[in-house]
Amino acid sequence: MTIQQISIFLENRPGQLAAICRTLAKAGVNIVTLSLADTADFGIVRLIVDDHAKGVRALTDAGFAVRETDVVTVTVRNTPGGMAELMEKFDAAGVDIEYSYAYALGAGNEAVLVFRFKDNARALAALKLK
Amino acid sequence: MSYPIYPTLPHDLNSPIHPVSAMDYLPVAPLRALQLHRLQWTVKWAYERVPIFRRRCQERGVRPEHIQTLADIKLLPFSKKTDLRDFYPLGLAGGNMDETARFHCSSGTTGKPICISNTMDDILVWQNGGMRCLAMFGLRAGDVLQVSYGYGLFTGGLGAHYAGEGLGCAILPTSGGNTERQVMLMRDLGVTAIACTPSYFLRIMDEARRQGVDFRRDTKLRHGIFGAEPWTTEMRDTIERETGIVAHDIYGLTEIAGPGVAGDCSHRTGLHIWEDHFYPEIIDPETLEPLPDGEVGELVFTTITRCGTPMIRYRTRDLTRLHTEVCPCGRTMRVMDRISARSDDMLIIHGVNVFPGQIEAGLLRVPEVAPHYQIVLSSTDTLDLFEIKVEVTAEAFSDNIRALENLRKRVLDAVKSIIGLTPRIILVAPGTLPRSDGKIKRVIDNRTK
Repeated sequence: MTIQQISIFLENRPGQLAAICRTLAKAGVNIVTLSLADTADFGIVRLIVDDHAKGVRALTDAGFAVRETDVVTVTVRNTPGGMAELMEKFDAAGVDIEYSYAYALGAGNEAVLVFRFKDNARALAALKLK
Repeated sequence: MSYPIYPTLPHDLNSPIHPVSAMDYLPVAPLRALQLHRLQWTVKWAYERVPIFRRRCQERGVRPEHIQTLADIKLLPFSKKTDLRDFYPLGLAGGNMDETARFHCSSGTTGKPICISNTMDDILVWQNGGMRCLAMFGLRAGDVLQVSYGYGLFTGGLGAHYAGEGLGCAILPTSGGNTERQVMLMRDLGVTAIACTPSYFLRIMDEARRQGVDFRRDTKLRHGIFGAEPWTTEMRDTIERETGIVAHDIYGLTEIAGPGVAGDCSHRTGLHIWEDHFYPEIIDPETLEPLPDGEVGELVFTTITRCGTPMIRYRTRDLTRLHTEVCPCGRTMRVMDRISARSDDMLIIHGVNVFPGQIEAGLLRVPEVAPHYQIVLSSTDTLDLFEIKVEVTAEAFSDNIRALENLRKRVLDAVKSIIGLTPRIILVAPGTLPRSDGKIKRVIDNRTK
């Protein structure tokens, strides 16, 4: 399914990530998962939170540069081959992945993969194709 | 002791030209005659009243009666900012305390401030210059002018205040600071014009965005009267594009009067100098020889109607040229190029002369960057480090690393194509670089001298 992700622009300076987490904590927003992408000078933090609207509001009010992005999540079995199967589907459909990260669900029997595709709609269609 | 300043002019209130602007169109021949007459008066006044000026003239063997033509001004000694410091507080003043109406001071970055004493007539001359600027910008009685320049020793606040008041505008004297309230009052009181530094207006734009205030939709703001710091044409384009106002350029300096010495007309050929009060020259800053109109050099002013602190051949350190072409607006007052560089601001980086304005011009050619930047220079044992931090606009901030790297490359190319050097470009988040309530400091030079 498609869910909303929060992306935040960061300068590579100490304390920046802590400030983001503290802002969300104060607003009572829980971080479901987080991923960091960085270059020498700047980084992008990508977050999925339990209350997206509240999280965006809290971070914007705190002065962070926030962007909302649609990402696609796919739940797979947390066993060898779970991801390979999925990738083959995307390959077959010729879908480009911009980035991806993952987190485990519940006791860890299942993993959730988060994808940002060049074309989310096309990727969703590929998933339905089987 | 007052000099007869204004000829009597017919008042036609239906004319699109405001009565205060009549002098702007004085034909050149009587203008030169008037300037000569006023210059001769000023030299005589300063010779009698300012011992330092008299001594310097005597050293050169110059007496007031030697000034027979305007070109004879070159016989006179120059004055500089350091003179105002060296003869602190009032060594260059011509008026005595009985005649003084108000002091203004300008703080330097180092040492003592410079102090300028103004008589009431000086204040009126300055107000006249300011009114002529505002009238030229299109302001009239009925406009609501928010003065967000600082009030006090700095000439910005009181200068814009008296100019607007003279024209019959309703003044909102907010001074600088408390930006949240500035935006609220601007919207609620139907402000039509604001006077402040361009960098402070950028801060007001930020705050308006934060409050969800759209200038076009929610305010009546039409005019920005910007000065007191160098700014580029690119900065003006950015402000106008984002707010829909007309950004006017006003020039002035405490040593000569304050804001209202010169301003741009709607043709934007440059800035018309009110040379019936402030006589301009352009000199070669190396040889100190006067340059003909059209050539670029250092701007030098002589106040020709000022009593309190007559400034003779004051070197502004600003680089510009006087135009030879007549402005299509019909004003006879000479036009100078907009000042986007002060010679004091010149940086030497890796042996290359660089003006901050050149960097600003390059940065603002890239639409995704915000007009907030900082130039940081530092040195290690072996080399100078040259970094430019620039904010990405909230809209342009992308979730995509490649897109941001690509943006950084385009910013670098835009700057490099102008200055020929390769700075390290650091993209920073919107709202993270320092803002200012007055004049902004955009260059941080930590190099060991």
